[in-house]
Amino acid sequence: MSIAASVSGYLYRKPRLRLGMLLSAPLLWLGLAYLGALAALFVTAFWHTDTFTGQVVTEWSLDNFATLVSDEVYRTITLRTLGIAVAVTVVDAVIAFPMAFYMAKFASPRAQRILVIAVMTPLWASYLVKAYSWRVMLSGNGLVGWLFGATPGYGLAATIITLSYLWLPYMILPIYAGLDRLPNSLVEASGDLGARSWRTFRSVVLPLTFPAIVAGSIFTFSLTLGDYITVKIVGGANQMLGNVVYDNIGAANNLPFAATVATVPVVIMLVYLFVVRRTGALDNL
Amino acid sequence: MMLSKKTKYLLLAALVLGLAVIYLPLLVVLLNSFNSDTTFGWPPSGFTLEWWGRAAENQGVLDALVTSLEAGLAATAIALALGMMAAFALQRYRFFGKDTVSLLIILPIALPGIVTGIALNNAFRTILGIDLGLFTAIVAHATFCIVVVFNNVVARLRRMGGNLEEASMDLGADGITTFRLVTFPMLRSALLAGGLLAFALSFDEIIVTTFTLGAGLQTLPIWILDNLFRPNQAPVVNVVAAVLIVVSTLPVYLAQRLSGDTASGGRI
Repeated sequence: MSIAASVSGYLYRKPRLRLGMLLSAPLLWLGLAYLGALAALFVTAFWHTDTFTGQVVTEWSLDNFATLVSDEVYRTITLRTLGIAVAVTVVDAVIAFPMAFYMAKFASPRAQRILVIAVMTPLWASYLVKAYSWRVMLSGNGLVGWLFGATPGYGLAATIITLSYLWLPYMILPIYAGLDRLPNSLVEASGDLGARSWRTFRSVVLPLTFPAIVAGSIFTFSLTLGDYITVKIVGGANQMLGNVVYDNIGAANNLPFAATVATVPVVIMLVYLFVVRRTGALDNL
Repeated sequence: MMLSKKTKYLLLAALVLGLAVIYLPLLVVLLNSFNSDTTFGWPPSGFTLEWWGRAAENQGVLDALVTSLEAGLAATAIALALGMMAAFALQRYRFFGKDTVSLLIILPIALPGIVTGIALNNAFRTILGIDLGLFTAIVAHATFCIVVVFNNVVARLRRMGGNLEEASMDLGADGITTFRLVTFPMLRSALLAGGLLAFALSFDEIIVTTFTLGAGLQTLPIWILDNLFRPNQAPVVNVVAAVLIVVSTLPVYLAQRLSGDTASGGRI
């Protein structure tokens, strides 16, 4: 019996050992390196920076959180970020639903496959390039002005347009999956009972696909809350939470405060996930 | 479906319009890279290959391309190994804490990029005392690329079941031979697809890269961001943007043709 064969025979009799060998490297990498880094980040949020040396001082305090809550600038930025996230989610849901509806209910199986690829491929095109393309299109003499005779310029509207564009596929795909699972017989039954299109949509289709819409909103919401580059490219002078984090790491060199601000999107997402948990949206991810 | 013809056509119109909006900005960037006018007024006044030539001679762009390729290839290699191991462990075994492990694999991509970015930045600099460089960026990229390989391999393992492997063992092949001659050949296209997607993801990534790549180094997305607000660089920025579109969507398209298992970057 060769060595390889005896090793593989030994391993075959020890499934726990095999599992341990398979799990050790990924767990060391993600568990220790990544979870450790996250834990360290949240610990850092309670520390502060020495104003003279710029060094991190490892004393525990809630000062950073107090600044975050009491300072009006950060309140405004948090509310603006939330507002943008809500607007982006609504815009995406309104655009995505009809597209997903046609894909799921009218397209042939072959066309469905092609359409899913068509929606998914641009998802991977560089985030930065897509934001940049809107900067080009919304500029004074860009395509949008040429098509419509006016452009919203750079500001909140441009930020919402660009972020909606960026995350649209993340909304289309879960809604498509949700509608694909919705049995046609229910829609037909509604029609047989005399409901017109709108009534069927409102009373049958929408309630049953709501979890899928919420699933999509988790992406649009979470991705918007963390954004800082799009708003830098098309947002004019506006700032989002991500910009505060970024500026505190770079220019201000205040890592503890950056860590504190970074907990805000995480907390908002945890609250959001807790609220939508009962819709069953999490099973749609 | 019991919907009127009119509704059906309205929905089709919405779909066509939506797809047009999805593709239009990408086409504008591609077209602009050939625009002979430096201010990019629309419509373009003429077409030229000059900017492509200039980009090909631009040392900053070439260095950034090399860094992007190095980071992408190294991160993909690590993600392939770790993603495949995790996929086998989670798909073939039952154990305590299984759900936690699968959550852990998704986490780096589920949390906002900026959180992942500063967590790793903080861990490298303050806690481990490592200077940022290409190495730290590779570690960061590999961390969020694992999920892509994992998803592809898990989907394939689920679909192929265990019958063929059992048959191979019944015929006397040992575990290693079975893996080499039966399991691996069936996994190959899933691994290739996962690898292509991981590479595309790494090639595009900007937020985590900003926080983990050493000063003086640039990937292509970071080169664009650094040059975005310099007016005289606009034509070359357009060429680099066009390259990024092609280099990142082509592997995705190939991966989807190769393996219909999954191709959404782990977010869906």
